[in-house]
Amino acid sequence: MSGKNINLTLKIWRQNSPEDRGRWEIFQAKDISTEASFLEMLDIVNEQLALAGKEPVAFDHDCREGICGTCGCAVNGRPHGPDRETTLCQLHMRRFQEGDTLVIEPYRARAFPVIKDLVVDRSAFDGVIQAGGFVSVNTGQAQDANNLPVPRDDAERAMDAAACIGCGACVAACPNAAAMLFVSAKVSHLAVLPQGRTEAARRALSMVAQMDAAGFGNCTNHKECEVECPKGISISNIARLNREFIKAGLASKE
Amino acid sequence: MQLDSKIPGGPLETKWDRHRFDLKLVNPANKRKFEIIVVGTGLAGGSASAALAELGYNVKTFCIQDTPRRAHSIAAQGGINAAKNYPNDGDSIWRLFYDTIKGGDFRAREGNVYRLAQVSNLIIDHCVALGLPFAREYGGLLANRSFGGAQVSRTFYARGQTGQQLLLCCYQGMMRQIAAGQITMFPRREMLELVTVNGQARGIVVRNLLTGEIERHAAHAVVLATGGYGNVFYLSTNGAGSNVSAAWKAYKKGAGFANPCYTQIHPTCIPVHGDYQSKLTLMSESLRNDGRVWVPKQAGDKRPPHEIPESERDYYLERIYPSFGNLAPRDISSRAAKLMCDQGKGVGSTGLAVYLDFADAIKRLGRKVIEERYGNLFQMYHKITDQDPYEVPMMIFPASHYTMGGLWVDYNLMSTIPGLFALGEANFSDHGANRLGASALMQGLADGYFVIPYTMGGYLGGTPLTEVNTSHPAFTEAEAAAKARTEKLLGIKGKRTAASFHRDLGNIMWEYCGMGRNDEGMKKALKLIADLRGDFWQNLLIPGTDKNFNQSLERAGRVADFLEFAELLVTDALARRESCGGHFNEAFQTEDHEPLRDDENMCHAAVWEYAGEGKDPIFNKEPLVFENVKLAVRSYK
Repeated sequence: MSGKNINLTLKIWRQNSPEDRGRWEIFQAKDISTEASFLEMLDIVNEQLALAGKEPVAFDHDCREGICGTCGCAVNGRPHGPDRETTLCQLHMRRFQEGDTLVIEPYRARAFPVIKDLVVDRSAFDGVIQAGGFVSVNTGQAQDANNLPVPRDDAERAMDAAACIGCGACVAACPNAAAMLFVSAKVSHLAVLPQGRTEAARRALSMVAQMDAAGFGNCTNHKECEVECPKGISISNIARLNREFIKAGLASKE
Repeated sequence: MQLDSKIPGGPLETKWDRHRFDLKLVNPANKRKFEIIVVGTGLAGGSASAALAELGYNVKTFCIQDTPRRAHSIAAQGGINAAKNYPNDGDSIWRLFYDTIKGGDFRAREGNVYRLAQVSNLIIDHCVALGLPFAREYGGLLANRSFGGAQVSRTFYARGQTGQQLLLCCYQGMMRQIAAGQITMFPRREMLELVTVNGQARGIVVRNLLTGEIERHAAHAVVLATGGYGNVFYLSTNGAGSNVSAAWKAYKKGAGFANPCYTQIHPTCIPVHGDYQSKLTLMSESLRNDGRVWVPKQAGDKRPPHEIPESERDYYLERIYPSFGNLAPRDISSRAAKLMCDQGKGVGSTGLAVYLDFADAIKRLGRKVIEERYGNLFQMYHKITDQDPYEVPMMIFPASHYTMGGLWVDYNLMSTIPGLFALGEANFSDHGANRLGASALMQGLADGYFVIPYTMGGYLGGTPLTEVNTSHPAFTEAEAAAKARTEKLLGIKGKRTAASFHRDLGNIMWEYCGMGRNDEGMKKALKLIADLRGDFWQNLLIPGTDKNFNQSLERAGRVADFLEFAELLVTDALARRESCGGHFNEAFQTEDHEPLRDDENMCHAAVWEYAGEGKDPIFNKEPLVFENVKLAVRSYK
């Protein structure tokens, strides 16, 4: 783990509040170790800003190991930066060269209003899950776990979809700011498991309805979401969502 | 301070059943009349919120994150224990109970731990019913693996993302109850004060982190599920936002704080590499199922690992602890790694690392199997270190990970303040002086899904509660205190950021109260902490104001609390005149450098009581009574 130090120019979006129009600011990030993570680089810049009497750049983060889904912004136009299957906190500065300019901005989507600088409000995702992203079982009602065998491949497919961290990169990557990858991941996770089948139709219909109501756009098969998803969620989930949705619509008694 | 553990008498196996029968019930129509505040939405808070809401209580849930799904339980990797005995390898409720008591170095309550083992199986059933995609065998039934401190395979897992999947189950359950109107969710809120009326917990004062507004919330009971205090070491595997503040506020309102010196240093984390570093990343203990830990036999051997022949490697865990080998418990493995590094056998550029090697496992099982079992962990390692663990051994070193100490609670999980409950890592109850791997998830969910729904009813059904709303003077007073403190922080206008104070505090704690402790160092730490705290209140710099989203202000408040709490941690460590589990005082060790307990004088939970600003905390103790287990020297050899 031997690194070197590099100098970068950062062009960062600053916005004081949801109402503020916002503006670009340029910073020089000097002597940044290539072993540092991207967020640690922002920490260093923020420490310097604070000591210079300025307000640090606000950005969301927590686990800093790629699982909580809190962090995320666009780096040079790409959610979570240039690497495949990498969250922003997992991105390391060794990815960049001496003298690079990085354009850093919040996720842009109507359903994700900016709160401050790089922080956006992703609560629309919670609303979509509230519409049906669950199995309606109360605590204490379950049978023995092994009474319900699940084919291994189904469990694996469910896990592939369930790996979604709800970061919102798919929405930010989509030219329509659609949430189809997010919604389809949850619908698929539960639809391929026997536990989730009972409510599959209702779930697909109401989650899609809520997705539309929250201001997310429509899917027109650009597939950008799959490329930018830090967890490698496949767009085959969108195909499954479409099937579930159509099936549910045909069978709907409501 | 009265410390009545309320452990029911009679045989261990039936304590919980009898207790549940003795607890008062609240009828369904009356449940609607009660409001319950839950702070924190990790496994404990999330499951408690969902389970209480399902029963019909009105639940108000708070978290500091933008959504409950971010809580740091999500980062738990390896798995969750249960006594299912599906592999037919000799497991039982009794064995899980015994392993947990022994793993905790005989410093936990029998009654609590037995209950934990009993309800462990219900957790697996419930999570499967909720659609959790646990790993399965080809026959469609659940798969298991092994974890440290156990000789059976009782750990259920979802790849290396078990915590994530469990948390999302809780989260989805909460979302269902939000849609049903049973939970009102308050994200991006930080608890600044606990409000007590007539000595009972009746509400909280929070800061809306988006707007800066101070809000008052009243309820009939308050549940804290706010996690542990591992970030007192600055560098830890905890999330950046994890903090002690809510528990600390409760302590200052009269809740006893138990065993703060029991801190778990996890053996397998990615080593420190620079002073800008913000966190340490865990490499799941499950890796020790297949990885072998080693250092060069010769001190100062700087050859790259592939040039060191088998005969010159020391697989020290297998050598010292042949019956548990690489799956020795965490405290033991961590100290062994430190010992190797102290002897000059550490590897890597800093000499503060040991190898975790998968070469044998890849040879035996093939790369594909290893990928299936640990793929995401290997990817995480690769991203951070830029080294491919399929090709070269991982380098690992111990780091602060979990804290066994926490708010003192009785068998009902109620603190010394009536109506204030503490769940999950925030309490002290089940892990004694050391927690076994895959038991944190189990405890968080046991507390939230299967204990609090009963004991909360017992409290509400059996306690006279007056009408209290947010205009009560106690709320006015708490709000004034919260505001005054924020103003004081902002008014310092010094020259150093909260982050830099936090880093200094972490260095003190790691150096003098970390893996190896001694009286001289701890006394020095007390002075250094007091000096640092003095400097903090003279020299803190917080950019911005309290009228909007201000992460610097959030951080400052948490660091201020850590600077007070750290002193209690060290005080407790000094007072414990023995070594046990995660607490290792060098004065108390065997010839083989194993911890030396003093069961005659130290077989108790140390419970600290706040005595007021600037006064020494008051020491209380709850003696630990062992009726079913014989206290023994913990041996994994």
